[in-house]
Amino acid sequence: MKVRMNVREVEAALRRARRFDVRAPAVRVASSLAGPAARRGLLDVAVASFESPLGELTLAATPRGLVRIGFPGEPVADELARRLSPRVLTDTARLDRARRELDDYFARRRRRFDLRIDWSLTTVFGRRVLEAARRIAPGKVATYGEIAARVGKPRAARAVGNALGSNPVPIVVPCHRVVAAAGGLGGYGGGVERKVLLLELEATAAANR
Amino acid sequence: MRDLTKPASGSLNEGVSLPPFQIFLDRHREVVYRFLVFAVGPDEAHDCAQETFLAALRAYPRLTEGSSLRAWVLTIAHRKAIDTHRARRRRPVPTAVVDHASVDPPALPEPGLWEAVAKLPSKQRSSVVLRFVADLPFAQVGEIVGCSEGAARQNVRQALARLREEYPDEGAR
Repeated sequence: MKVRMNVREVEAALRRARRFDVRAPAVRVASSLAGPAARRGLLDVAVASFESPLGELTLAATPRGLVRIGFPGEPVADELARRLSPRVLTDTARLDRARRELDDYFARRRRRFDLRIDWSLTTVFGRRVLEAARRIAPGKVATYGEIAARVGKPRAARAVGNALGSNPVPIVVPCHRVVAAAGGLGGYGGGVERKVLLLELEATAAANR
Repeated sequence: MRDLTKPASGSLNEGVSLPPFQIFLDRHREVVYRFLVFAVGPDEAHDCAQETFLAALRAYPRLTEGSSLRAWVLTIAHRKAIDTHRARRRRPVPTAVVDHASVDPPALPEPGLWEAVAKLPSKQRSSVVLRFVADLPFAQVGEIVGCSEGAARQNVRQALARLREEYPDEGAR
């Protein structure tokens, strides 16, 4: 024989479902979303973190290429959501190649990067300056004035400094190889100590060749 | 909860500054998954949650409405739950009962109750899950399933009466 519950008892039985633990399956859904999202053309920006000798970096790529490398503490995901697209997802697989090349670079197995760059976050002038910095050989440096001359604006050393300072993909685009004329190091977006570390790494990598 | 009607300053995204989708996903994945576990069952909750978040991702950059993000994503989940139930009705009746013990995630507490919930009409089913499992006020339940607050109350009342009929006290079996 059926014994009916009263409505309060039914409500209480329904409420007990709140205690049902869904944390693990919910994480599985969230962490498996990037693949299907990319296949449907819905993943505009993939981000992943990368442990490096300079601290934990944030790497970001669009379907066009590597778009941003952030130093520790930089709110990269927020910045990209605002400037490019809010369709930002963590996707380690999409950044595998960048991680491998960076690993090799920091292990001194690689001197140049073969990554495609998405220049969306740079101005036309900024890109010209960064392309000029990219042509400085590893282990070598150039001054702000020299880069200014190479982009055809010999008196624009300050503007060159600003363009280098807003390099969206530091390390891979080696703005750290541009230094002050008087023998000083000049500034660096990630802090001068990181600039020193990169230049030392490249100097020893060059010496080891 | 975030009010999307308030334009954020310095935004290039048509006056609305949305958090990165990953943040939105991390914030709402559990409420969506829990809703779907009880609205479509544990076997189909994963696929249905994935479809929900893919649909949300598609529409995300165009979000401008003055609704909360949680209510918005639950509206999508409610529609996906309806699709899942429709697809299930179109499929041939399975010859064997699904063995819940072998399914990941684990079987639901009080399966008899949730079998009875599964037989409810879609609006009633979503409404009871939103009201009692997601703990939402009737006004928001109505917003999500597409009816007034009063109609949402009515849906829940009818659903409870039906569950009383269908679901006997487990202890008395």
